[in-house]
Amino acid sequence: MKKSVFFGALTAATLTAGLAGAATLDDVKSRGELICGVNTGLVGFAAPDANGNWSGFDVAVCQAVAAAVLGDPSKVKYVPTSGQTRFTALGSGEVDLLARNTTWTFSRDTDLKLQFTATNYYDGQGFMVRKDSGVTSAKELDGASICIQTGTTTELNLADYFKANNMSYQPITVDSNAEGEQQFLAGACDAYTTDASGLAATRAAFANPSDYVILPEIISKEPLAPAVRQGDDQWTDIVRWTVFALIGAEEYGVTSANIDELAKGTDNPEVNRLLGTEGDLGAMIGLDKDWAVKAIKANGNYGEIFAATIGEQTPIGLARGLNAQWTQGGLMYAPPFR
Amino acid sequence: MTSAPDAPEQGFRLSQLIYDTRYRSLTIQAIVFILVMGGAAWLVDNVIQNLNDLGKDFNFSFLGQRAGYDIGNAIIPYNNDMSHGRALLVGLINTLWVSFLGCVAATIIGIFVGVLRLSKNWLVARLMTVYVEVFRNIPVLLWILVAIALLTDVAPSPNAYKVNQQTGEAQASMLLDSVAFTNRYTAIPSVHFDRSLGSLDTALAPISLNFLALVIVLIASIWVNKRMLTHAAKVQEATGVRPTMWWKSALVLIAPVVILAIALGINPEEPQIKGFNFTGGTNVSNSFVALWLGLSLYTAAFIAEIVRAGILAISKGQTEAAFALGLRANRTMSLVILPQALRVIIPPLISQYLNLTKNSSLAIAVGYLELRGTLGGITLNQTGRELEAITLMMLIYLAISLSISGVMNVYNNRVKLKER
Repeated sequence: MKKSVFFGALTAATLTAGLAGAATLDDVKSRGELICGVNTGLVGFAAPDANGNWSGFDVAVCQAVAAAVLGDPSKVKYVPTSGQTRFTALGSGEVDLLARNTTWTFSRDTDLKLQFTATNYYDGQGFMVRKDSGVTSAKELDGASICIQTGTTTELNLADYFKANNMSYQPITVDSNAEGEQQFLAGACDAYTTDASGLAATRAAFANPSDYVILPEIISKEPLAPAVRQGDDQWTDIVRWTVFALIGAEEYGVTSANIDELAKGTDNPEVNRLLGTEGDLGAMIGLDKDWAVKAIKANGNYGEIFAATIGEQTPIGLARGLNAQWTQGGLMYAPPFR
Repeated sequence: MTSAPDAPEQGFRLSQLIYDTRYRSLTIQAIVFILVMGGAAWLVDNVIQNLNDLGKDFNFSFLGQRAGYDIGNAIIPYNNDMSHGRALLVGLINTLWVSFLGCVAATIIGIFVGVLRLSKNWLVARLMTVYVEVFRNIPVLLWILVAIALLTDVAPSPNAYKVNQQTGEAQASMLLDSVAFTNRYTAIPSVHFDRSLGSLDTALAPISLNFLALVIVLIASIWVNKRMLTHAAKVQEATGVRPTMWWKSALVLIAPVVILAIALGINPEEPQIKGFNFTGGTNVSNSFVALWLGLSLYTAAFIAEIVRAGILAISKGQTEAAFALGLRANRTMSLVILPQALRVIIPPLISQYLNLTKNSSLAIAVGYLELRGTLGGITLNQTGRELEAITLMMLIYLAISLSISGVMNVYNNRVKLKER
């Protein structure tokens, strides 16, 4: 099953020679479709509904990029990737863009030859336990069985955390979030660990979310960022600045409601440059003048996407926290559009 | 009288390569060979080219780096400070362990089912048919998943074994006070010696000298027993009367080991629930049991068919001759039919062993970390060395398979018909 994916990827790597080096933008344009690697199903971030339509926080990035490049946010083909297959899928050219809550780390950036564009969610690894277990702190997990997804940074963080605190644990390795969920619900592990946002999303899908608690300890830094292949700077810039356009739009008060109005021209030169009414930033990355307008129109600005997919009004109920705008005490900070 | 005219003497022409039947097959072989080699060269060149484009090299130095991850079911000592190479070894040993136990169980179940399927008892024969058809016609991955689902959902969590402070009772009780089935693992007692002879540190794992001593004594007993049986056979040939051997064999085989074990102060160390989990005994993880059960039951169905085919291949006359000599049905089976059937059974049996070993890579589905899970899973992901890890994994599986067929071929040569 998994092996075939690897061999598929290997064959793809060998047969589609030169694809990795070619301009991804041209490929996407000639194909008329953006191929986006997403999670196999994490409610709020990327999950298909009953009709097979994908939605979520990561999916919104794919749609924004598709809108900016192709002018149509629906022209995206979603390829579900597991923690194990995602980098091979990206490296082999199977997907153009990996928007799959992937942590930006040194070795992935350099050794795996990935290019992380811009952090769109600042996360950290946490633990979820059953409420009736009476555990209130991760420090009480000595000797526990812990379900953990294989092929993720969480695996290494967990080992480091227990080592640093001189505790022991039994890792119960699972292959996907769905399997982890099932094992955790069946009681095969005392705690489930993954990114705190993932825990919240997973818990939201439980029958009785209130029977489970997420422990206060956050044991790692997990900046999640859409990733592309190294060696195609233009494509990297497109994805990076599309994400920044969404973040910047929130800062400047550009929303899906008022964007048509603002796109006619405003008093704020920064907004004008972003929306293409002044200068031609789009041409510098090989796109149309109104690329950012199309990207923002897809699902709204960063704040709107956050609120609609994982915000406090949704079942997942994540607070903005670190992901608030820098003006609100968060870390979301788009460089100037100039 | 004129002789038949000789073939006209003329030089070799290129068209002969196609039209002359003497050369045609050679030509075709040469062309195919060149095409195949060309294709292979093109693939290899492509890989090298793409690796260069990606700025990646091909080296195995990652095996020496710190692994950083933990493995839940390591047989040899392992922690996250050890190298990826060590993790590979842990995975390899897990693969070999589950494959070995799987082959043993599949063979035993397979022979039973195969023989019983030929039983004259209608119900038994039909039941075995149902077993074979159900197990071999459903993918083994599903059987493994069914096994893990059953184990996880049916058994209580370790917490259920905890004594409630208020009521003074636990929800679940241990079998014979020493075995606890939980939804994570089965806690069984482990062997503990009061007097230790120390342990031998090898690179792989420290070996307890107590175990080593027991194994040596056991091997010695088996050797002595074999000598005694040879002697008994000689006596039987000479006098026609076989000395009563069973109690002597039993004494030689069992007594020395038991005496040594007692001298070393053997006692079981029973698992205790402590905190979240059982400690003290050995915890056999459910993922291992599920994998083992799935693999052995599935493969056993195929082995049963092979055994049945082997038995049916022996002519009916053999059975009738044995009956005519006055042998009972079960003696006929074990002394006359099975030894001959083995010649038919062994070659396809090798394939089944190979299949089982390769299928063990499905362990990833239940989170049992064997070779595919460590080298081909976590190591590959953490280091990003796909090509190296996959190549190494393929070579290792190839080596395992070739070793199994090598060993089995030796055995096959011993049981096959000796033509004199």
